[in-house]
Amino acid sequence: MEANQILFIAIALLTVLSAAVVAFSNKIIHSAFALLATFTGFAMLYVYLSADYLAVTQIIIYVGGILILIIFGVLMTHKIYSTTKKTAHNSILVSLLGGVLAAGLILFIISLNPWAANIAKDFSPTTAVIGKEILTNYLLPFEIISVLLLGALIGAIFIARQEDKEK
Amino acid sequence: MIQLNSFLIISAIVFSLGLFTVIYKKNAVGILMGVELILNSVNLNFIAFSKYVDVHINGQLVAIFIIVLAAAEAAIALAIILNIYRDRANIDVTQLDEMKH
Amino acid sequence: MIQTALFIWLLPLAAFTIQILFGKRLPRKGDWVSITAIGISFVLAISLLIQALTHYDPEFVVTASIPWIDLGSFKINMGIYLDNLAIIMLMVVTTVSFLVHVYSLGYMKGETYYNRFYAYLSLFSFSMLGLILWDNLFGIYIMWELVGICSYLLIGFYFEKDSAANAGKKAFITNRVGDFGFLIGLLIVFTSLGTFNLSEINLGVSQGMLSGGLLTAAGILLFAGAIGKSAQFPLHVWLPDAMEGPTPVSALIHAATMVAAGVYLMARLSFMLSFDAMLVVAYVGGFTALFSATIAITQNDIKRVLAYSTISQLGYMIMAIGVGAYTAGFFHLVTHAMFKAGLFLASGSVIHAVHHSMDKIGEHGDPNDMRNMGGFKSKMPITYLVFLIFSLALSGIPFFSGFLSKDAILGGSLAFALAQHNPIHFLLPVFGFLAAAITAFYMFRLIIMTFYGEPKKPKLFEHIHESPKTMTIPLLTLAFLSLFFVYTIPSINPTTGEGGWFYHLIEKPVSAVSTQLGHAVYQMTEHAEHLAHVSGLMISIVLALAGILLAFAFYFWKKIDVEALTEKIKPLYLLSLNKYYIDEIYNATVIRGLLIWNDFLSWFDGAVIDGLVNSTAWIVRNFSVLDGLFDTYVVDGLVNGVGSAVSAFGKSLRKVQTGQIQNYVLGAVLGTAIIIILTMI
Repeated sequence: MEANQILFIAIALLTVLSAAVVAFSNKIIHSAFALLATFTGFAMLYVYLSADYLAVTQIIIYVGGILILIIFGVLMTHKIYSTTKKTAHNSILVSLLGGVLAAGLILFIISLNPWAANIAKDFSPTTAVIGKEILTNYLLPFEIISVLLLGALIGAIFIARQEDKEK
Repeated sequence: MIQLNSFLIISAIVFSLGLFTVIYKKNAVGILMGVELILNSVNLNFIAFSKYVDVHINGQLVAIFIIVLAAAEAAIALAIILNIYRDRANIDVTQLDEMKH
Repeated sequence: MIQTALFIWLLPLAAFTIQILFGKRLPRKGDWVSITAIGISFVLAISLLIQALTHYDPEFVVTASIPWIDLGSFKINMGIYLDNLAIIMLMVVTTVSFLVHVYSLGYMKGETYYNRFYAYLSLFSFSMLGLILWDNLFGIYIMWELVGICSYLLIGFYFEKDSAANAGKKAFITNRVGDFGFLIGLLIVFTSLGTFNLSEINLGVSQGMLSGGLLTAAGILLFAGAIGKSAQFPLHVWLPDAMEGPTPVSALIHAATMVAAGVYLMARLSFMLSFDAMLVVAYVGGFTALFSATIAITQNDIKRVLAYSTISQLGYMIMAIGVGAYTAGFFHLVTHAMFKAGLFLASGSVIHAVHHSMDKIGEHGDPNDMRNMGGFKSKMPITYLVFLIFSLALSGIPFFSGFLSKDAILGGSLAFALAQHNPIHFLLPVFGFLAAAITAFYMFRLIIMTFYGEPKKPKLFEHIHESPKTMTIPLLTLAFLSLFFVYTIPSINPTTGEGGWFYHLIEKPVSAVSTQLGHAVYQMTEHAEHLAHVSGLMISIVLALAGILLAFAFYFWKKIDVEALTEKIKPLYLLSLNKYYIDEIYNATVIRGLLIWNDFLSWFDGAVIDGLVNSTAWIVRNFSVLDGLFDTYVVDGLVNGVGSAVSAFGKSLRKVQTGQIQNYVLGAVLGTAIIIILTMI
């Protein structure tokens, strides 16, 4: 086994196991920190897929942005620590039914498809290509998503704002 | 040689774990985490296909948009969660059933 | 000339428009607008008459027309037909109308609806002038109805008074009877000849396109219009009642112009009257002349006497047209217009004085009643003088205009009787001569009762005074126009107008009726006229003088006791006083009949039609009740059953909606799994 493959397996295990911690952890704050490992694992997997730009983006946005947001959310909604396993979760059997069913289905579908054209492009820097694409072929989705982001920002501020008038 | 299938399997497992999280957790922030897991697994799929199937990198571009959407979604979701928490000092989604019937 | 005629015609319309829209706000309530308009028309009419006199041609005629209605084969041209007849008629109408306008300045002063009065006068002038000018029967018919409307409006001018309002309605409705005949005649002419144009009708009749019985019928039916408008027997009943209108109106419309429209129409149409139609015309006219003269004897209302006198004189004119004395008939129309308008205005002057006097002494009575008058000669010298002149003219005394025309008519009727080999036709001159004697009698009865003798009511008498200048000047003008030489220039012969301009300008039109008899009648009549003239002249003078003497004997010298005589012939007296009970007869027959018919119709409506309607309604209603039950129990039951079934099903399904979002997610996963499995397998 090559060192490369061993490293890959290690990364995959890190990702999957941390995701499992997210799913099964009793304390929400543990889940939040496990999520950090998962996001990092994903970023490393992207490197294996020759997606340099996305790997960096994954770190910056998920780890530096969304995860921080989630942790803020966890911390601001306190009383979290007092919750027990029972009160914090729904029935584990029913939930597992959903999860296992989904996993089974996806794996079944993957097994059905041979993915014939396994071309496995060589590595090349993608940042320039992505920038060009965004400003040419993907200009319209890009503009729309910008507006969406702006709307989401304003909406989030509006919703989360303390309503002074009532007080 | 790392195959496409290994990525797909990792993605499938994480996706299932995300779905399980969404159903399993009563905490709204926990559900949000599950959703993030799902979105990440989808991204992984897109990027994997963009390397192994597509001649171009359309998959990566779609992944970028998904990341942006995920960011927006997280912001909105947390705003809503904060609002709910302020309203009832609780973020148990099983109790949020005023709109049934 | 056409333009001048148009101006004459349309100026009063302009005045009417201004008056009716702004009259109230104009200074002096806008009377000057109407007077200026009719004054200019009057001056223009004079200029037309001068042109006619310079041409001095009996055949003189100017026409102009434009297409008015053009619908495929249906074409009506509207145009002006201006011949000597129309010009003289224009002159008469504008003269009388202008003088009446001026006279009303004094007479109508202070009336509430002063401006409206002038507006109506202008509208009337416009319609009357249009009636004269238009070259086709359709236009004439329109204007004919318009003058009828004006007459209605002006008779009912004091509409607060019931009697005035009723008189207006009576005039209008009575005229409708005649106008209906006119309309049918019009339609006969149009269907036979396809035209309304007078000259084309003349052409058509002379080509024999309309002849025989139909022509006679058309003539008589058109004459029916004239019977109504000119108040001939049996449709004369409206005219005496029309005296409810203001006196200037009576003078203008019900003495000089509108009532003469019938005569004018018959004169215009005389070319198409068959011999039989002419006989009808002559007898209706002659009978009316005598008939209404006998009524006039016993009337005590000064205006009613004049009204019956007007009917009588119109009868003369109609008779003249009927016996073929066309020129004489139209001549009488002109002279009569002047002196009868004068008589009305003079009587208005008297009434005005009595009315004011009554106001002063605070007495309420009928200012028209001659029994309250007497001895006014000294108080109202001008009115007396002109009254006398008008009465002499009306009575047919030489040196006055009436003599010329009336004598010509009498001569004409005598000539007609002589020319016919049927002794029955001597009835016509007999009617005429008797009426002439009676006319003289009742006119002087009127004068004696009003102006001579002792005042019947001294208190009233004290406050009598002469009328203002705006009233006396028109009177004097009309008195001048009642003198004989006005019409006989250039010859000055007081016994006949034949050498004068009038006879020169107005010539009898050649009859278009081609029957041998028609022509023969015309020729023989003309020949006989000369024979009859002298004898007619003598008889009429003698009879007129006899009538006057009789009047003096009765009422002035009191040689004969009126009361005793009245007692002796009481039935006759009552017959005359009550106007031969014509109104009562109409009430008992026509009106009563109509009312009974109405009652029957009302009963029919109530019993039969309402019964049918009600029973239908009953059936429908009961059916509806049944239908309602069906709806309630069957249809509603079905609808409600479906509704409650759906609602119950919905209630049971509602439990699935738990509100637990995670249940939904699980459901979605299961659903997706099922779909995928199904598609894969």
